[in-house]
Amino acid sequence: MEVPILKQGEFLIATIQAALSDADLEHLRLALVQRVVRFRSRAVIVDVTAMDVMDSFASRTLREIALMIRLRGAETVIVGIQPEVAFAMVQLGLTLEGVGTALDLEEGLAYLNQKFKTIN
Amino acid sequence: MANRQNPPRKPLERELGQPEIPRNEAPPELLRELVAHLRQNRTQLREEWLRRIAETRLLTAMTKEEIFAEATSVYDSYVEALETGTFEALQAYARNLSERIIPRGVETHEVIGIVLLLRDVLARSLFAKYQADFEKLNRILDAYEPAANRIANTVAVGFVQERERVIRQQQEAIRELSTPVLQVRERLLILPIIGVIDPQRARQLTEQLLRGIRTNRAKVVVIDITGVAAMDVTVANHLVQTVEASRLLGATVIVTGLSPEIAQTLVTIGVDLGKMNTVGDLQGGIEQAEKLLGYKVVPVSETR
Repeated sequence: MEVPILKQGEFLIATIQAALSDADLEHLRLALVQRVVRFRSRAVIVDVTAMDVMDSFASRTLREIALMIRLRGAETVIVGIQPEVAFAMVQLGLTLEGVGTALDLEEGLAYLNQKFKTIN
Repeated sequence: MANRQNPPRKPLERELGQPEIPRNEAPPELLRELVAHLRQNRTQLREEWLRRIAETRLLTAMTKEEIFAEATSVYDSYVEALETGTFEALQAYARNLSERIIPRGVETHEVIGIVLLLRDVLARSLFAKYQADFEKLNRILDAYEPAANRIANTVAVGFVQERERVIRQQQEAIRELSTPVLQVRERLLILPIIGVIDPQRARQLTEQLLRGIRTNRAKVVVIDITGVAAMDVTVANHLVQTVEASRLLGATVIVTGLSPEIAQTLVTIGVDLGKMNTVGDLQGGIEQAEKLLGYKVVPVSETR
């Protein structure tokens, strides 16, 4: 199942809509890293609201996406982690260190707008 | 398998079992004699028992009159249990007694102590009475001991059960008034933690906080642990987990009110608090949270 990646102004928004296989995640990683430069985006938002399970592979891939995108000169925000998922993740030690997080898409956009406004 | 189907085993078992039966079931006439003896000497034995209680300094939380009243009913229930061989009444009495005396601060060892004292006092009186007839003394004791031990057992178990019930009740009460997640300003939550944090409570706290963050769309959370007396590795790690889980939901956590002792402990045990944002007191925490949210509190006089 492919994850749609939408361009919204200076940001890319990838909304995960169902449980993803490992191959899907790898595909998402590649697609985001390619497009972030192609569209000259300043930030990527990954919306995981629909994910009710976050295993170590998914968590690691999200972190890798964030780090790779930083190397490509943009910012990443993971939005919409469910409370139960967050709780399970920290218990497994998956804390997405160094990755921006926000409550939902709206918050994520507000966070990025705020951030870039202060930079400009 | 072979043994179970083997028929000669059964008679063997019965043979082994047989000598046990008369010892367990006291001959009724002996028991009657025993009970009659205890009834006859009720006043004297009770006095002796009370004297021994006072001597060993048990039940210091109760007055003399109270001890006398309780001792009398315990004595009577005791004799009754010996007589009838049923322990339900005694059990109920023990529970009732525990309910009354636990709030007075009577300890487990005191309750068990007085019952054992009574057992000893009664046994002594039996020794005195039958000292001439060793054979009979033995048989009387055969009847007396199992019953007496069971009574002691029943009372002790009743007391401990009652005590456990009280503890459970209190735990539930504590859990209920546990921890509110409060919104003090838009997008700012406060979580004041008071008392002991055990793993179960820590889990509950985290879940509550995460739900609160979601429903209130909080961006900043101030966790105040002024009311937490002590902290160990487990609890500290739970706190770190709470902070990390909140961050995954996009909320920043500020921990306030770490006492010098807790700070000392955390540094000594080497918990990584690098990810935690700490401020000395709740006021400072709220001020910093407001700054993060872009609020500025200004006295009315300065706005004019």
